[in-house]
Amino acid sequence: MRIGKFKLNHYINYIVIGILTLVLSVMTFTGSRFDNSLLFLLEKMAISIILAVSLSLVVGFLGELSLGHAGFMCVGAYLGGKVAVLLAPALGNGILTLLISLLAGAAVAALCGVIIGIPALRLRGDYLAIVTLAFGEIVKSLFMNSSDESFGGTLGLDTPRFDKKYLFIIAFVLVLITLAVVQNYIRSKHGRAVTAIRDNEIAARATGINVTKYKLLTFILSAAFAGIAGVLYSFSNYTVQSIKFGYNYSIEILVMVVLGGMGNINGSIVAAALITWLNTWLPTKLTGDLAVLQNLLYALILIVIVIYNNAPALKSFRDRYNLGNLINKVLKPKADPSHIKDDKAKWDVVPTKISMDEILSIDMKQQSGPDPEQKGGKR
Amino acid sequence: MEEILSTLINGLSLGGIYAMIALGYTMVYGIAKMLNFAHGDIIMVGGYLIYVFMATKNPLIAILLAVVGCVILGVTIEKIAYKPLRGASPLAVLITAIGVSYMLQSLAQIIFGSATQMVTVYEFGAVKLMGATVQISSLVTLGVTVAVMLALTLFVKFTRLGRAMIAVSEDRDAAQLMGINVNGIITITFAIGSALAALAGLFYLLKAPAVSGTMGAMPGIKAFTAAVIGGIGSIPGAMLGGILLGMVECISYKITAIAPYTDAIEFSILILILLVRPTGFLGKKRREKV
Repeated sequence: MRIGKFKLNHYINYIVIGILTLVLSVMTFTGSRFDNSLLFLLEKMAISIILAVSLSLVVGFLGELSLGHAGFMCVGAYLGGKVAVLLAPALGNGILTLLISLLAGAAVAALCGVIIGIPALRLRGDYLAIVTLAFGEIVKSLFMNSSDESFGGTLGLDTPRFDKKYLFIIAFVLVLITLAVVQNYIRSKHGRAVTAIRDNEIAARATGINVTKYKLLTFILSAAFAGIAGVLYSFSNYTVQSIKFGYNYSIEILVMVVLGGMGNINGSIVAAALITWLNTWLPTKLTGDLAVLQNLLYALILIVIVIYNNAPALKSFRDRYNLGNLINKVLKPKADPSHIKDDKAKWDVVPTKISMDEILSIDMKQQSGPDPEQKGGKR
Repeated sequence: MEEILSTLINGLSLGGIYAMIALGYTMVYGIAKMLNFAHGDIIMVGGYLIYVFMATKNPLIAILLAVVGCVILGVTIEKIAYKPLRGASPLAVLITAIGVSYMLQSLAQIIFGSATQMVTVYEFGAVKLMGATVQISSLVTLGVTVAVMLALTLFVKFTRLGRAMIAVSEDRDAAQLMGINVNGIITITFAIGSALAALAGLFYLLKAPAVSGTMGAMPGIKAFTAAVIGGIGSIPGAMLGGILLGMVECISYKITAIAPYTDAIEFSILILILLVRPTGFLGKKRREKV
């Protein structure tokens, strides 16, 4: 939808999340008291959204699979948490400590993004996926075996207790910042270069796109936001344990991106919120051995959605029944063809060589007037 | 001295297991051009099948049934999950494979519970070798792996089917034009890979008699590391990489200072090798064309 120059589709996610944040913060400041579990859920949702959007940058737009996203988050969580622990005695548990630790976490995670981005320049596809997986495991193992004084070892690192009442507002503001950066990156020249690399790296290189620069930049951005999500996690959870950031967590983020549709940021946001809610709601319904059903559900989501979206045999089916077409049908029922003027309809179709010739010949005939014999019958 | 010898033999036997899994990876990767993430979990299924069929009290029957079960499972997975995606982007295939791996793990936990089950397949006992105590099962593992590697190499080099496999891995379209049934070859490759995974599951049970839903995940990833180190697509390479990785792991476990970091060390080796020599020790270099 367009209102003048303003494209609603481009800003709908800012508007929805912005209004939500505004309403909730006004309610908080006017003295409404939210349930602690609700606050916790909101914080988790914000963290998941940041993670899903940042992973979508690599998986959906760069077209490389990262299985170490939880590793970047782990680095951010530990480093940010540690900075907060060191700063808290001097600056207190205030917003300043939070901001500095957020910056620190993002910076260190971005550094890791550089480290992983360098192999990414030489490797593609399966190999890169394994390298990112290996990175995640290495990070987990390093923090797990750290000494008690540095990062708490297996017990984990305890972080200062920030006031729960306001944390979710900061989390949602960070979601908005993430969206602003990621969407502007994608809709700019940089983003088009990144998608060109995804579609055909060699062709992109041939047209003069600096593949090295854009691949590294994308990895760094993605890692930095994962780091921010990690710092938020450490503040939301009061404690950081490396065991949480394993392979399974990376897969969970991947499920969000795939469920939302690869390369679809709004989809990733909805899927991230949905999966986070499922994560808190399902364990109350499924107890004991049934808890594994949740993992089975995620596995099936991955398989079914990827096959449905990518199988070459299903292409015609997809084109006929895709969600966009169905929504259009519901919103604009029975488009009456008599109202559509022939002329208008023609401009929707990009003329191929042959149809272009036809159009030209029709124009020539019309120009040459009703009497063909005057010019000898032939053009 | 005895300790060094027993560490070396343990390393060789663990390396044999990794090599066995890596052989499956390397064959599937070479021919279907996809990383079968679920390969590690077929080891786990093999372990559970042996656990179930040990009710017959006959290890040989249990092993045979487990191999058959794994072959059926591997081929079914290929038909249902991977075949519809032939011709789709590699990313889609990779994500589906991860989904399948995740599904097998959670199904195993639903069926058998999340607790570890104990099962003893066969007690081989131990022998004294130059003063060191050596488990006979380690020697069996190593022997069977070497035999399987030799058999596979000969099979690929000298049979019609094996040469058809090489043809498919070189150029799928050209192979199809030469009258080779590409889909059939890929199915056979998955069957062989799954059978090898079932044997790897058996060797795991001989080494430590416990099965659990996630037992295959880590060995699967490490065996892929081994396949990459040796050069993916190369059968002797898988053997070399497997033995190398097994050695590194066992030696690293013996040194107290770095023992907790063993996994990290192995994965760092993977990253280093991929950076320095992405085709591994024995792999062929492929040029990417537009």
